[in-house]
Amino acid sequence: MEAKIAQPRSLFRSDAMQKLLAFGGLLVLFVAFSLASPYFLTPDNIGGIFLATAVNGVLALGVTFVIINGGIDLSVGTVMTFSAVMTGQFITVWQLPVLVGVLAGLATGALCGLANGVVISKMKVPPFVATLGMLYATKGLSLVVSQLHPIYFNDTPIFNQTAMGSILGLVIPALDPIKNVVLIFFGAAIVASIILTKTVLGRYTFALGSNEEATRLSGVNVDRWKTAVYTLGGLFAGLAGVMIAARLNSAQPALGAGYELDAIAAAVIGGTSLSGGEGSILGTIIGAFVISVLANGLRILSVPQEWQIVVTGTILVLAVYLDRRRKR
Amino acid sequence: MGDVLVLMEGIEKTFPGVHALSQCQFELRSGEIHALVGENGAGKSTLMKVLAGVYNKDAGRIVYKGKEVEIHNPRAAQHLGISMIHQELNLMPHLTVAQNIFIGREPRRSVPFMLDDKAINEQAQQLIAMMRLNLDPRTKVADLTVAKQQMVEIAKALSFKAEVLIMDEPTAALTNLEIDELFRIIRDLRATGVGVVHISHRLEELKQISDRVTVMRDGRYIDTVKTQEATIDLIISMMVGRTIYESTPEVPEKPSEEIVLAVKNLKRANVLRDVSFNLKKGEILGFAGLVGAGRTEVARAVFGADRVDAGEVYVQGEKVHIKSPNDAVKHGIGYLSEDRKRYGLALGLDVEENIVLAAFKKFLGKIGWVNRSKMRTTAQHFVDALTIKTPGLQQKVKNLSGGNQQKIVIGKWLAADTRILIFDEPTRGIDVGAKSEIYRLLNDLAQQGKSIIMISSELPEILRMSHRVIVMCEGRVTGEFNIADATQEKIMQHATQRGEALLVDESAPTPAQLGNA
Repeated sequence: MEAKIAQPRSLFRSDAMQKLLAFGGLLVLFVAFSLASPYFLTPDNIGGIFLATAVNGVLALGVTFVIINGGIDLSVGTVMTFSAVMTGQFITVWQLPVLVGVLAGLATGALCGLANGVVISKMKVPPFVATLGMLYATKGLSLVVSQLHPIYFNDTPIFNQTAMGSILGLVIPALDPIKNVVLIFFGAAIVASIILTKTVLGRYTFALGSNEEATRLSGVNVDRWKTAVYTLGGLFAGLAGVMIAARLNSAQPALGAGYELDAIAAAVIGGTSLSGGEGSILGTIIGAFVISVLANGLRILSVPQEWQIVVTGTILVLAVYLDRRRKR
Repeated sequence: MGDVLVLMEGIEKTFPGVHALSQCQFELRSGEIHALVGENGAGKSTLMKVLAGVYNKDAGRIVYKGKEVEIHNPRAAQHLGISMIHQELNLMPHLTVAQNIFIGREPRRSVPFMLDDKAINEQAQQLIAMMRLNLDPRTKVADLTVAKQQMVEIAKALSFKAEVLIMDEPTAALTNLEIDELFRIIRDLRATGVGVVHISHRLEELKQISDRVTVMRDGRYIDTVKTQEATIDLIISMMVGRTIYESTPEVPEKPSEEIVLAVKNLKRANVLRDVSFNLKKGEILGFAGLVGAGRTEVARAVFGADRVDAGEVYVQGEKVHIKSPNDAVKHGIGYLSEDRKRYGLALGLDVEENIVLAAFKKFLGKIGWVNRSKMRTTAQHFVDALTIKTPGLQQKVKNLSGGNQQKIVIGKWLAADTRILIFDEPTRGIDVGAKSEIYRLLNDLAQQGKSIIMISSELPEILRMSHRVIVMCEGRVTGEFNIADATQEKIMQHATQRGEALLVDESAPTPAQLGNA
């Protein structure tokens, strides 16, 4: 609370430093687990970590937009599931081409996001409540559409093969453990980063989270852009749904609840501020990796899964606490 | 001075329960700096907000550049070339200077939705260069001082090709050096033919900067004079005037000489500067000053709601360390916030629950059981004693009138056995009839031996109620009067006294900055 605000921020307090520290933390985890277990730093295990990060990472990308814009989206996990189920419905039940099914999954996510956005910006329902409602609605809809049973993609092996094959492995055999679904994640991250930093939507995402009233008074159509942000969040959830369906070769209607927490945790560990206005895609990617590296490393060390969850929670609070202290 | 830019005539504006503007007029010429002054609540900001499209007028007409116009919203005003910089800055702290200036009008590239960051920074740089400022358009606004943030707002206004620039107390949070810089920019603007409206409380300051002065009082236009021809005394007398509910000040009974509260050298960076005062038993001590003078901050510091950097507090001669409101209550100090609804009352609870809230421990039995009948008796006692008009103890507080709500807050502190009561704007938002009841209550309390600090921005209220008056300006005590010696003019003079104190500590953050942190 000294005169710091008046001066330009020191390097230590800068945003770049935030990412550097988060990345440093990730490296520390990597080194520590490598030393602790010979099985950690093997190609297959690293590939597994990437694979485990991909779906949660894509969800976290969408959540990052929503949180920077000053809101929250609790529905991404079940929207993901609903999108997966709709993809299964299109491809397996209605026997439509795989591409149509993929587009249907993406559209399902985007529509759910659009509904969130309209309820929040037009009907003025707080984001927490609106997306909690969407969480329940999509959870139920997944069960209704699937009639409580998983939908398998056994007639369309191409779907699973596309996701779980490795283009990288064809070029460089050593990179075979890096599956295509991981590349989709990185591709989505690049697109997300461009949207966030280079487009009008990104600019208004920050502006809304920073000072919504000032943004409104500046003549920006706040309702419309806010809706767009939630729609984008839904679109990423839809993509995650398609990815998880392809990866598991099935749409599991009971899956999904709890994923939103991992996604929010990834964004927050990556430096996205829950009060809005701050955050980055790179940070979120690092955050997503921190979570999956932790889970993977602890599993290799034979730490029971229930304790892994405890550790993740502790790390989450610790990361935010350290960030707060640094900024003080 | 050039042609008439803006002419406002017969402007009327009513808010629920308040006739804010009544037959107001205002004239602004191009290339002039026009100061708009008046006491708190005189209607200065309201009148300008009508011009800037924030409020819609009920009646009257606005002529802009010779044409009658209707200004329905800020956007419309901006398109006409009328920009207003509000007291509370309207910026997005996480965005850069350039991004803030062009928010909503970002230069785009040929690809849809893509921003042209190079262009936005260049255009912002041009504006900044035009204002002869040293500012990087890529700096985040959160990293700027309040003064620089204000410059960003001015740059934003200029980017709309503003011909009328309204500034609502722009210097309130600035240091002297920063004010010089601001005035340089305002003068530069005047030279290019912009008409500037400068709302301020600081009379010396407007002598320095303005060409003409318009005085408002109680929502009415009083007069417009050339600054050169007006003395500060004349302006003050116009600001104060005769007020509507001036009654013969009933000089209250002399309090005893026993000092119950002594505050010595209270300091808090850029908010409070060496504030010292004594409060006697059975005394009403008025704290006068303009909004932002630091009176509430003194109260909050004494009450333990804000930390202080230095200073000592003595209660009945004994040094005490008040670190939280809880400590203050233990020492018998109660604080009645000006914002009753936010800090003073639990609106959703009923009358009884609110009255016993601060003294809850008294109503707990041995095993933590609540003694309801004792609670009811106590609450009923204060409802009767303070003549709180409520259908019953179980009435939700939010359904009562402002005056009765205020009485409940008073009852709450009395139930907690407080001997020292700090009233912050006790009659704000209370209608005239209820006001006199609150006054009577304050007098009664003082006569019963309670000691009262009354912060008020209404001079007649201060003069009518207090035994002694302390005047504050910019975090310092600038005057102390016995009621017999106090006049509105004297108080106003001391309340607008800009000291050199500000020069001492240029690097420390201003109150507003601390608030942003």
